[in-house]
Amino acid sequence: MAKIAILSYIKRNSLVHELTGTTKLIFFLAWSVASMVTYDTRVLVCMLLVSAVVFKISRIRVRDISVVLGLAAVFLLLNNLFVYLFAPEYGVELYESRTVLLTIAGPYTITLQQLFYHLNMTMKVICVVSVALLFIACTDPSEFAASLSSIGVSYRIGYSVSLALRYIPDVQREYHNISQAQQARGIDLSGKDKVFTRLKNSVAILLPLVLSSLNRIETVSNAMELRGFGKNKKRTWYAKRKMQRNDWLAIGFVLTVLVVDMVVTFWDGNRFYNPFV
Amino acid sequence: MATPVISFQDYGFQYMAQAEPTLRHINLDIYPGEKVLIAGTSGSGKSTVGNCINGLIPFAYPGKSSGRLLVDGREAGESSIFELSHVVGTVLQDTDGQFIGLTVGEDIAFAAENDCMPQEEMKQLVDRVSGLVDIDHHLEYAPYELSGGQKQRVSLAGVMVEAVKVLLFDEPLANLDPAAGRTTIELIDMVHERTGAAVLIIEHRLEDVLWRRMDRIILMDEGAIVADLPTEKLLAGEQLLQHGIREPLYLTALRYAGVEITEALHPEHVEKLALTREDKEKVRGWYHTQKAGIRREQHGQELLRITDLKFGYTAEKVTLQDVNFTIHKGEMVSIVGRNGAGKSTLAKLICGFEQPVSGSILMEGRDLKGDTIKERAARIGYVMQNPNQMISKPMIWDEVEMALVLSGMPKEERTARVEETLRICGLYPFRNWPVSALSFGQKKRVTIASILVQRPQIIILDEPTAGQDYHHYTEIMDFLKELNGKGYTILMITHDMHLMLEYTKRAIVFSEGRMLADTTAAHVLNDPQLVQEANLKETSLYMLSLACGIEEPQVFTECFIGYEQKEVR
Repeated sequence: MAKIAILSYIKRNSLVHELTGTTKLIFFLAWSVASMVTYDTRVLVCMLLVSAVVFKISRIRVRDISVVLGLAAVFLLLNNLFVYLFAPEYGVELYESRTVLLTIAGPYTITLQQLFYHLNMTMKVICVVSVALLFIACTDPSEFAASLSSIGVSYRIGYSVSLALRYIPDVQREYHNISQAQQARGIDLSGKDKVFTRLKNSVAILLPLVLSSLNRIETVSNAMELRGFGKNKKRTWYAKRKMQRNDWLAIGFVLTVLVVDMVVTFWDGNRFYNPFV
Repeated sequence: MATPVISFQDYGFQYMAQAEPTLRHINLDIYPGEKVLIAGTSGSGKSTVGNCINGLIPFAYPGKSSGRLLVDGREAGESSIFELSHVVGTVLQDTDGQFIGLTVGEDIAFAAENDCMPQEEMKQLVDRVSGLVDIDHHLEYAPYELSGGQKQRVSLAGVMVEAVKVLLFDEPLANLDPAAGRTTIELIDMVHERTGAAVLIIEHRLEDVLWRRMDRIILMDEGAIVADLPTEKLLAGEQLLQHGIREPLYLTALRYAGVEITEALHPEHVEKLALTREDKEKVRGWYHTQKAGIRREQHGQELLRITDLKFGYTAEKVTLQDVNFTIHKGEMVSIVGRNGAGKSTLAKLICGFEQPVSGSILMEGRDLKGDTIKERAARIGYVMQNPNQMISKPMIWDEVEMALVLSGMPKEERTARVEETLRICGLYPFRNWPVSALSFGQKKRVTIASILVQRPQIIILDEPTAGQDYHHYTEIMDFLKELNGKGYTILMITHDMHLMLEYTKRAIVFSEGRMLADTTAAHVLNDPQLVQEANLKETSLYMLSLACGIEEPQVFTECFIGYEQKEVR
């Protein structure tokens, strides 16, 4: 079976990979909060630059994650389009001035203020998405559960995430096998049939898949219990790594960014940086 | 005598959802350091006994128990599954399903993690235990990078991190090819020696388990213990066959030859047999009378011809190459080789699930290239290993009819075709039953029926008997033999050597993506070089014939199979 890796852990040697999962999780969360909170263009530009640098350090190439990047770009575009369609004058309201660049029709004019608003929004999304992608691509799945539990999430939940990661390839393989065998019995999935027929046909594959997955769950939960899972309130982690100097530096850095971000953003009582008045 | 580590005292158990008790009046003591085999057909209650010991019963599968069960001196029902796991380490049948961690190291450490062991200590422990089972060079590997045998080692290491007193194996050989099965038995033996823990193996593949010494065999049937005897004593008796368990082949051959099996003969291992000169004379005499009766079969018309087939999922990695063979009408052929040898890939290529890089597949002289899966399916039927992966309708009739409905056949013709197929498969009386009411063997029949209904010229079955005990195995295989007798051509992918020997004349052997041989089934297992290259295992018949001074072990095997088919069935 061909490997269809849309987004998964990419093993490389880099400073980012060397950070512990916990550090990366904290970095990701704090970074997201920081970029969500602010609309301050100066802060966003700085954060964008930092994101680019971190990306460079991580040695993850754009090619590795091109599929996801493409998807993200499409959504970003749609998002911008709809914001404009429903609120073409939102930028004008925010920045309390109006510089018309072009009139299209009816209420739809393009103003400098609206464009500026879109620019800010886009930068925010890019900041969050790039760090989120980095988090997934640079964190060893083995460390996921450990890092979740280290920031206070129950290890049972953390382990469910890790188990899902463990079984995705198996389930994919099984789906592939079942669908081939069912095609041999005349089920067509190629798209020539009508949508309704295709939906009905996919049930013929999903039913056996669900039943066999339930079976698998029974085996796994038995195996886990037989080896003492859930015995204590806490557990230790084989794959967890110790915090190093770089981890503390990274956490220190991101917290500083968050604080500076808050200060700059709320200093004048307004989340928006306004170059127009 | 020492105190038993496990003690069943007039123990009985009934699952909550069942009307009848699954275990009745079990009295059984297992002593520290013993090696015990629990044998029995599926449904005999042998797995239930295992689940009682490790605590899955009653903690995961509730029910009503009677009598007493002491594990390490404590009442098991008053303990907990966690406490029991410190005494009993369980290796489950499904090596894939019980692999919990994302890598080997994590999986071995799993129990220690749950015990909150500090990481330093845990790493040392994993290093030590993985060294014991010889998997220490693969600690970073993910489960899909390991072979079945390697996964078994990981499972074993995973339970050995606790200093357990009992190691319990639930059908450890079920998913392994012959060579890996043999290595597993050797591994269990080694672990037994090094740790001194009592070893309990639940398995119906008796001959394979007996590759290494077992102290005792517990034979179960219908929820009760019918024999609890030292290995030699049980093998000398005739209880095994009466309760649906196949005895080792060499013993059956000796019985056919008129040799009396006694304890003194040392029946527990083919290499230990103390055959007298008279005994050997008897075997040779039997061989010579049988040899005369062997007939060679004539080939029918050519049906499927495969030439220079080559395949790889990526350009650099070739998974199958140099495949050349021809299948004739009415043949029943085995495709054998260890897991990952390329057998299943071959089936996928024939069915059109994958496209070959080069080479051709001809059906009655016509190249199948360009035919879709659906078009090929009308002539080639493919039956998956696990019937649960194929059945997608709740009712038997609907399931069998499905392919016809999808092909747009008119109702009347459909009904006639389904009825006929159900009759062939012996499912007609059940035609209005739900699938869920059937046994595993019957479900297998349903899946075969759902393929047969399309009237293919050739049927390919992937591991038709995997995980089945002797009774169900015989049921499925006799049915296939019957179909073959009705003119269906059958190709079977298997790593079960008994199956190949007993039911097919011809075998095509694969190893590492190459076709090694295309020869008679008996020849395959009597060619030591081929056996080694393909990672198979010679039968004990081969060794027996050598011990008796028979020059042509291959013919001896053929005689045995011929005799079984003629006289016993």
